[in-house]
Amino acid sequence: QSTLVVAEHNNDKLTPITLNAITAAGKLGGDVSCLVAGTNCAKVVEEISKVQGVKKILVAQHESYKGALPEELTPLILETQKQFSFTHICAGASAFGKNLLPRVAAKLDVAPVSDIIEIKSPDTFVRTIYAGNALSTVKCNEPVKVFTVRGTAFEAASVEGGSAASEEVASTAPTGVSEWLEQNLTKSDRPELTGAKVVVSGGRGLKSGENFKLLYDLADRLNAAVGASRAAVDAGFVPNDMQVGQTGKIVAPELYIAVGISGAIQHLAGMKDSKTIVAINKDPEAPIFQVADYGLVADLFKAVPEMTEALSK
Amino acid sequence: MRVIDYAVKIRVKPDNSGVVTDGVKHSMNPFCEIAVEEAVKLKEKKLVKEVVAVSCGPQQSQETIRTALAMGADRGIHVEVSGKDYESLGPLQVSKIMAALAKKEEAQLIILGKQAIDDDCNQTGQMTAALLDWPQGTFASEVSLDGDNVKVVREIDGGLETIRINTPAVLTADLRLNTPRYATLPNIMKAKKKKIANVKPADLGVDLTSRLEVLRVDEPPQRLAGMKVETVEDLVAKLKDAGRV
Repeated sequence: QSTLVVAEHNNDKLTPITLNAITAAGKLGGDVSCLVAGTNCAKVVEEISKVQGVKKILVAQHESYKGALPEELTPLILETQKQFSFTHICAGASAFGKNLLPRVAAKLDVAPVSDIIEIKSPDTFVRTIYAGNALSTVKCNEPVKVFTVRGTAFEAASVEGGSAASEEVASTAPTGVSEWLEQNLTKSDRPELTGAKVVVSGGRGLKSGENFKLLYDLADRLNAAVGASRAAVDAGFVPNDMQVGQTGKIVAPELYIAVGISGAIQHLAGMKDSKTIVAINKDPEAPIFQVADYGLVADLFKAVPEMTEALSK
Repeated sequence: MRVIDYAVKIRVKPDNSGVVTDGVKHSMNPFCEIAVEEAVKLKEKKLVKEVVAVSCGPQQSQETIRTALAMGADRGIHVEVSGKDYESLGPLQVSKIMAALAKKEEAQLIILGKQAIDDDCNQTGQMTAALLDWPQGTFASEVSLDGDNVKVVREIDGGLETIRINTPAVLTADLRLNTPRYATLPNIMKAKKKKIANVKPADLGVDLTSRLEVLRVDEPPQRLAGMKVETVEDLVAKLKDAGRV
């Protein structure tokens, strides 16, 4: 029994979801190894060497690993697998992990298991289906279990106290069928929606895109990300990448504040795993109140500035 | 790809073997609609010659293919999978079917939805690309075809990234790629005359054996409604007590 965790990083820093994946890997029993592939990743190797629960770090450095293209990383993982015969291969269920691991699994002719939220045993996992409206317990009878881990479902491994050894593995020949050109990360001082501890979301009740400023002001007080319901997106108030819901992003922050959102099923699917839910809506019958821990029936145009003010004190 | 309509409230079967699908409204998977729209757009721009819509599943999958034809696809292929085989049909099996069809049809581009809103796997595009040894442009929000390669703007956590991949290639559609058109009545009538070929997985040499077993399906823990607060002051005090702000 041994697990390979494919580390996500930008050559400078480890992406936090890798720490959640390491915790999940630790629950399987057996040794946990981390694969770090990049162009110049000594810093990341240093960082992982201190993470608790990691036994060994496999390091592959080559220009072709720039941008973590799955066409280049897949042959590397297959080579590594040939050498070490892991029983499990996993990564965080981020854009990186979701892009890469199914490709690896198909090459191994095994069915991967996406976005797990619980490990029942080394071959049995729980994952959500229908955007969290049902939980599926899946037994994987493949010789190698390939899976991605939902970050919000596992604690992050401690970044101190570990003492992993690292070794170089040979890089694979570039396939050259794809090329990474550039990255444009949204420049915002606010945290990213799916990773934020607090999310403030607005719905059709906001009435316009300009009125979202009320939410940005509140969000800045709380170091929160700002989301929106599909209704607000469809009405053109805000861009689609802010959408929380079944067809948008799934979030599970510690605090979710739904403002002027009625609570359609499709929206609830994207946020109902939040630890604490606050709803502010002038309609006392709005379905959002059925899932809210704290409901305030009020005019949002008065209540939100009041709340921002109250939090500034 | 046919799924339970996104607006339907999902119910788990009392015996925990799955979710209730009988008598429930089904539609084309929203991400697949975006994929079809993108393919039709490429054809309208004369960048592709023909758009073939494929769906794997029981007889009803033909309705989904008809929808794609009404949106502008030229012809359909229904890969018939039913009964027990359909129950255990997963992304790996569908990828094998897609890869076999791509070779048979000499496709240059395969566009799929990034994930199905029923199993939420987000695997089929990546696996199809792997089986064909083609590059993949997943979670695409912008696609531009340019000779032998495709520039793809991809949705990643926290922003966008741009890659250039060789063709043939597999693309998977994310939400912002386009807004799918509604099929108009004349186009729905026209679609009735378009051809849908029927294919069996065995004809493609695809083995449908699955080594994933769903042991049970459960309702997620239900949230109970909490309390109503009267004022903002009260709300903030409660959140402070709970350690949330």
